[in-house]
Amino acid sequence: MTDKLEDIEIRLLLEALFSRYHYDFRRYAMASIKRRLQLARDDLGFETYSALQAALLHDPAVLPRLLGYLTVQVSEMFRDPSYFRAIREQVIPHLRTYPSLRVWVAGCSEGEELYSLVILFREEGLEDRTLFYATDISQNALAKAEAGLFSLERLQLFTENHRKSGGKSSLSDYYSAAYGRAVFDKSLREHVVFADHSLVTDAVFAEMHLISCRNVMIYFDRDLQNRAIGLFKDSLARKGFLGLGAKENLRFSEHSGAFIDFSREEKIYQRWAK
Amino acid sequence: MSTPAAVVIGASAGALEALSAILPALPASFALPVFVVIHLPHNRKSILAEIFSAKCRLPVREAEDKEPVVGGTIYFAPPDYHLLVETNYSLALSSDEPVRYSRPSIDVLFESAADTYGPSLIAIVLTGANPDGADGLRKVGEAGGTMIVQNPAEALAPEMPRAAWAACPAARSLPLAGIAALLLGV
Repeated sequence: MTDKLEDIEIRLLLEALFSRYHYDFRRYAMASIKRRLQLARDDLGFETYSALQAALLHDPAVLPRLLGYLTVQVSEMFRDPSYFRAIREQVIPHLRTYPSLRVWVAGCSEGEELYSLVILFREEGLEDRTLFYATDISQNALAKAEAGLFSLERLQLFTENHRKSGGKSSLSDYYSAAYGRAVFDKSLREHVVFADHSLVTDAVFAEMHLISCRNVMIYFDRDLQNRAIGLFKDSLARKGFLGLGAKENLRFSEHSGAFIDFSREEKIYQRWAK
Repeated sequence: MSTPAAVVIGASAGALEALSAILPALPASFALPVFVVIHLPHNRKSILAEIFSAKCRLPVREAEDKEPVVGGTIYFAPPDYHLLVETNYSLALSSDEPVRYSRPSIDVLFESAADTYGPSLIAIVLTGANPDGADGLRKVGEAGGTMIVQNPAEALAPEMPRAAWAACPAARSLPLAGIAALLLGV
């Protein structure tokens, strides 16, 4: 079957994005990428993907605008409260046995998951001995995560999630409201390193005890998922933990033998000794 | 019309009753995959697959990311994820933002399925109290697929089929029994 014209254009556009700027979306799951590119093309006012490609190649100012569409990711604090409850009740007791801890929030987007984990670790008395790495490919998302600002409208949901996750404090202890926004306390970032890192092209950078990477790999094709899971495998300390999204799993990964199901229900895996 | 290769169905308020008049009517020999999006409350485990497994002669499953599409199977979108069909005939889930406040979104499913199946797709908008599905149904029509809406007069919540019909005047409006009969005839 011959490809449709738009599919050819999209392939070329992603190739251009990689060749010119080294952002690699070529092995992402196409149906979602197509949807996002379609939005970008229409919103940015281009007739065709080819026209968008020409602008991207010749005008670096187009890059951040396009990336805004490709990397947009909405999450919630304590999304899937039962996941955070499992971290709190089942994973934390293991982590307590270490004198120092490293936690990696891979694909942290605008920081919802990061702040959730920092608050959870503070509630459990582990924050002071933990270093959190929050990484993403989007500079823009990292800047937002570092700012710790969230629309006040979302706080009701976040608060409800936090409570359901077994939160031991009130979420309102951690932010102040100003101009319709919740400003999260900067002390929550004292143990956080924000960094630009790509699961597609970058390598292992530290040994981790917990990696949380939820609803990120769902956008990758199988090869790319394998690469990312390989990174996690090589990054985790023996008996370290990997948490995935509710609809992600390691079943089809070539690295699945390196992990055991720690909480099958919550998609939490534990690195197993070789 | 091309030989049908897949069916997509979207429904919201009143979905269970409406689907109960269609899915259990499909015979074990039904050869097409059926993809279903129903709007659900968030953070709740879906029991749709269980409910319909008990009633249907076809296998019923909650869609898994990247699984290859198998004919004669009914797939439900999981709660809080969009369901899409890739052009290589595998399923994809996404955590992208809600569309018209909905995740899963009927529009998202219909658009990706239209892209994959083109004129071989049958798309059905059932009862519901919001306009999700109207844009998706239009894309199905633009790709040459078959557009069907539940007769709004019969629908428990008429807004959704009405909005879809308004967006796609060429769509056929059928009662549930007529939709089931049409599917039995493919």
